[in-house]
Amino acid sequence: MIAIVKYNAGNIKSVANAISRLGFESIITDDPLELAGADKVIFPGVGEAGSAMKYLRERGLDKTLVALKQPVLGICLGMQLLCRSTEEADTKCLGVFNSDVMLFPPVDKIPHMGWNNFLTLKGELYKGISKEDDVYYVHSYYAGISSCTSATCDYILPFSASLQFENFYATQYHPEKSAEVGEKILLNFLQL
Amino acid sequence: MLKRRIIPCLDIKDGRTVKGVNFINLRDAGDPVENAREYVRQGADELVFLDITATIENRKALAGLVERIAAEINIPFTVGGGINTIEDVRVLISAGADKITINSSGVRNPDLITEIAGQFGSQCVVVAIDTRFADDEWTVFVDGGRTPTGLKTMDWARKVEDLGAGEIMLTSMNSDGTKAGFSTDITALVSSSINIPVIASGGAGSMEHFRDVFFNTACSAALAASIFHFGEIDIRDLKKYLSENNISVRIT
Repeated sequence: MIAIVKYNAGNIKSVANAISRLGFESIITDDPLELAGADKVIFPGVGEAGSAMKYLRERGLDKTLVALKQPVLGICLGMQLLCRSTEEADTKCLGVFNSDVMLFPPVDKIPHMGWNNFLTLKGELYKGISKEDDVYYVHSYYAGISSCTSATCDYILPFSASLQFENFYATQYHPEKSAEVGEKILLNFLQL
Repeated sequence: MLKRRIIPCLDIKDGRTVKGVNFINLRDAGDPVENAREYVRQGADELVFLDITATIENRKALAGLVERIAAEINIPFTVGGGINTIEDVRVLISAGADKITINSSGVRNPDLITEIAGQFGSQCVVVAIDTRFADDEWTVFVDGGRTPTGLKTMDWARKVEDLGAGEIMLTSMNSDGTKAGFSTDITALVSSSINIPVIASGGAGSMEHFRDVFFNTACSAALAASIFHFGEIDIRDLKKYLSENNISVRIT
């Protein structure tokens, strides 16, 4: 069973839809036992980091999430919340990845919105994916490049398209909205 | 590199796709989900669904349609038409819309833009601006282009950005329906003066028109309805053409 973390952020249903299109079942839950017992956990999110972290802490979900042992996939805001900190509302985050999240400098359009390819990529999520493949991004804040960076993308500057540390995987882009390329990446995660 | 986006727009009436020119001689053009699927197959980067339904009962059915689209479609989509309150937005976003677009209601109640951005994030607020050039000036119209507001287009675009919009869909009424090309002048002006993405809309009649608007303006995306509906341009051919003309697009 795939568990999707239920919290005060958008696009949770889009992730459930994408998983179901791939032939997997999922539940949307904030129950610590259900999350801990799932085969895989997806931590999605579109929204604002400060209020999202507050929500997670008030319900103890912050502790539940970092203690997970099975493969976890953070998406977009979910990825940023798994980093050390974000400049968005000056928020301390979960600290799984040793990246800090910053606001793009205003030298081009913000948000970075639309389809972009990879500068570099490595790891199990990218089986069958090439650098020229495009995925869909919507974000104003980016995670810097660190030892956890598994793929990079260039917009204004090179940033982490995805991160990985131990059982934690995360993408800045939205695989659930990235057509067939995104489906391949999601499937690679679901088959870990 | 970030790609320029091609966005087909579908007009929805009572849950069906309709085709027509300027809302005249509307005819049924099938199931929106089927139409959307075909556009996705062709390589559309995003989709816009505009509901032109008249009755409240049928508007309520829109959420059901949005749920079906969200279940089937694996690219982002925007829903608009008749959104007046934050509750209207909530219904569509919970049904699975990635973004919503507002037009007249944003002009009448600018706080609505800020309110939606605050609750659902700027990325989901696309403000549609219908603009017309007359008496040496680009100004904003609402109510499907029937009512002048007196607002200068540049002023409103800047204000909309400040209010928290994530994107602007700029439709030139002078070009809309003419198939004579996008209005590159106002599109260039708006897209180079604000720091959020601009979708160019109105006037697409040929592949050259897309090249021109991408080449001559800083727009992030170009939207069209009829040339895609009537099969005059296949998105695959359009993207191949743009790519050959050094416009960076997503090739599938």
